[in-house]
Amino acid sequence: MQAVLRKRDDRVAGWLFLLPVLIGFLIFYAYPTVRGVWYSFTDYSLLNDPAYVGADNYRELVGDEQFWNALKVTAYYVVVNIGSQTLIALGLAALMHRLTRSVVLRAALLVPWLVPNVTIGLLWAWLLDPDLGFVNHLLGLAGLDTTLSFNSPTWAMPLVALVNSWAYTGYTALLLYAGMLQIPQGLYESASIDGAGEVRMFRSITLPLLRPIIALVLVVSLIGSFQIFDTVAVVYGGKAPIPETRVIYYYIFQQAFTYFHMGYAAAVAMVLVVVLGVLTAVQMRMLRASRSDLG
Amino acid sequence: MLKRVSWLALAAALVVTVFPFYWMIRTALTPAADLFRDSTALWPSNPTLINFTRVLGLVSSEEARAAGGSGAEIDFLLYTANSLVYSGLIAVVQTLCCAMAGYAFARLRFPGRDLVFGVIVAALMVPPIFTLLPNFVLVKQLGLVNTFPGLVLPSLLMTPFAVFFLRQFFLSIPRDVEEAATLEGIGRWGMFWRIVLPMSRGPLITIGLTTIVWSWKDYLWPLLVGKAEETRVLTVGLGVFLQQSPNRAPDWTGLMAGSVLSVVPVLLLLVFLGRRLVQSLNFSGMK
Repeated sequence: MQAVLRKRDDRVAGWLFLLPVLIGFLIFYAYPTVRGVWYSFTDYSLLNDPAYVGADNYRELVGDEQFWNALKVTAYYVVVNIGSQTLIALGLAALMHRLTRSVVLRAALLVPWLVPNVTIGLLWAWLLDPDLGFVNHLLGLAGLDTTLSFNSPTWAMPLVALVNSWAYTGYTALLLYAGMLQIPQGLYESASIDGAGEVRMFRSITLPLLRPIIALVLVVSLIGSFQIFDTVAVVYGGKAPIPETRVIYYYIFQQAFTYFHMGYAAAVAMVLVVVLGVLTAVQMRMLRASRSDLG
Repeated sequence: MLKRVSWLALAAALVVTVFPFYWMIRTALTPAADLFRDSTALWPSNPTLINFTRVLGLVSSEEARAAGGSGAEIDFLLYTANSLVYSGLIAVVQTLCCAMAGYAFARLRFPGRDLVFGVIVAALMVPPIFTLLPNFVLVKQLGLVNTFPGLVLPSLLMTPFAVFFLRQFFLSIPRDVEEAATLEGIGRWGMFWRIVLPMSRGPLITIGLTTIVWSWKDYLWPLLVGKAEETRVLTVGLGVFLQQSPNRAPDWTGLMAGSVLSVVPVLLLLVFLGRRLVQSLNFSGMK
């Protein structure tokens, strides 16, 4: 029977099935990718035609302090965001896995993920309002003297990172939890008979067997994390963020649509492509090196 | 003991997750004049719906201003409708087109197939901002800024992820049914629509739901090409509302009422399709 399918020539049908996707891909992915690379070698303000300037944009990049600052604060954001979000999510997933299968609980934890980042930024800007914000009220009740604010050079970036962790921890926890459900229940039963406690079981059963899923979740959330934009675009009331939170996405946006340096913006975006490419490659390597024993 | 602490930790996570949304609703129900007096009250002293009616454009602009509005024209009824059309349209068309392509990549045999698939998968590596700049230029050159086609076209037909996801799925289902159908002389086209699609309802709904949620959350692209009133989606509407609101004392009650509107539709999605949505978050099947 296999042979019946093999012999068919799907040349016509194949391309017809692909047609809509191919059109979308060529016009809105392939063509702009080529065009983006070209822009990065031009001086282009949206008003004039792009003029070829060789590697000028890249040379300018090297000496551009704002660009390096954007890379630095983005890295800071990614570390705080991914670190806090993954650790808390892992803890939550483990708790759910050992305690409950409740769909209602999982659905509730998913709510912040369903909501636009714009809404989340607004909500937290309100909760952290210096005068009327509820969180600062709670801090006052706890006898703390700090006022948290997105305008504080010290607190702004950790706050942005934690706000987004708040939004994505539930989602990440559910991904990890789904991975934990694949681990055979019998392993926990026999470990329990051997007298292993919950903490011991988490360290010697759950963690090692979950490693590939953790790696996959890390790859995906890391790439997503670099794309932080909406939150910083909103919490400053639509004005530009302070330098401490001017992340790379915002810097590209600003160069392209505030200053109309389209060519320069494309060059900065190229750097982001390279950074993400390298990071993904490294992580994929680690992923392959850490296949779990379950295969 | 450990068990009790664990339950307590789960309960704490639940409170931290849900309380901010409660606060959003509480603020939306507070009259702007009471914002200061009620700033720490768990329930407004004079609950009101005026913030909702005024952001939905249901009261006169004098009334809206009296209730704390900036006086600028704001119509969240329209923005919500725009958001629903935007995300619904993209989800349906994109899922169908990507299912067709995913099926072709998984099952049909023709020269060039794997090369094309490889190129599409490679596009997964390109961060959206990179293609966003030239796509904006293209939409501008076509004169489609602030039109609905300009807004939806770039993601209407495909995303590399949806093609990849659906191809993996079609590879994983058994061939028997299709082989039997082939013997009965059903063509590729009929087989796809009459046999394969109905069989694949689960994954199609999964990818469709994910697409709805992501498009619902979209901000940067609609901000660039759909900022005009007629094409404004909810996220952009909220951003514009915030910009028009005075900096010293933002119109928090109105902003929170608008925020509630951006949560309700996805919350309904969760209520009706929660089990499916929750179970769809599964990387383990995607090796």
